Amino acid sequence: MPAALDGEHPGNNVRVVEVDIPSDVRFIENVVELVRRECVVMDYAHRQIMLNVPVALTEAISNAILRGNRDDPAKNVHVRARVSSEQLVVEIGDEGTGFDFDKSLIDPTKPENIEREDGRGLFLMRKLMDRVESVELPHGNLVRMTLHRE
Amino acid sequence: MSFSIKKDGEVVVVDVEGQLIVGNRQELKQKVLDELERGEKKFLIDFAQTGYIDSSGLGVLVSLSKKIREQGGELRLANLNDDLKTLFELTKLDTLFQIADTRDRALQSF
Repeated sequence: MPAALDGEHPGNNVRVVEVDIPSDVRFIENVVELVRRECVVMDYAHRQIMLNVPVALTEAISNAILRGNRDDPAKNVHVRARVSSEQLVVEIGDEGTGFDFDKSLIDPTKPENIEREDGRGLFLMRKLMDRVESVELPHGNLVRMTLHRE
Repeated sequence: MSFSIKKDGEVVVVDVEGQLIVGNRQELKQKVLDELERGEKKFLIDFAQTGYIDSSGLGVLVSLSKKIREQGGELRLANLNDDLKTLFELTKLDTLFQIADTRDRALQSF
């Protein structure tokens, strides 16, 4: 994986993962694994490690690659995860022009949407994380997700 | 992550090993569509060896379900662990699919 590095020298109870990847969905699984491993070390709940973290993070990175960077391999996605014994805060930054987070949110559980192939990504991020924020940057978009440790 | 396909009687059984996510969902879709094109009608996707599934993976399952139905076929799912069951419940896809606890029960249900 290109440009994988630890960005800080955190204290004993905080672990940081910081990675840049090109806009290629094949890199997502490795990044998710790096973050998940830190959650294991911090003794997060089994469900959080097996469901909440991997699915929400896959969605966020996938959005950054496909919607933010529009699959442009020249653009990178930056992922920074700060894992403490209290919470995981993970930021996913892209180099795109951004998109309206709330307007993109549909309810895929409604009968008229249940057979749609798309539209579950943002919904799952919000369901699986305690907080999801979107911040527009001068040269990109940042999504910050927070999950309290159980 | 990989997908293996074999026949059990009249049923095409697909094992999903690892994750079913945006990076590999097209591979699963193509494998099942190839079997559908060959005339197969009964499909079982077994998640006993699956880690997690993202929205793209769920989308492919929905799409395959529709295409199989349109051809007069049936799709069943089996062996969802508790976390995967939660995922299907959150998205209400547990109401769309026929889901069996075990592969044998799924095979018997056709």
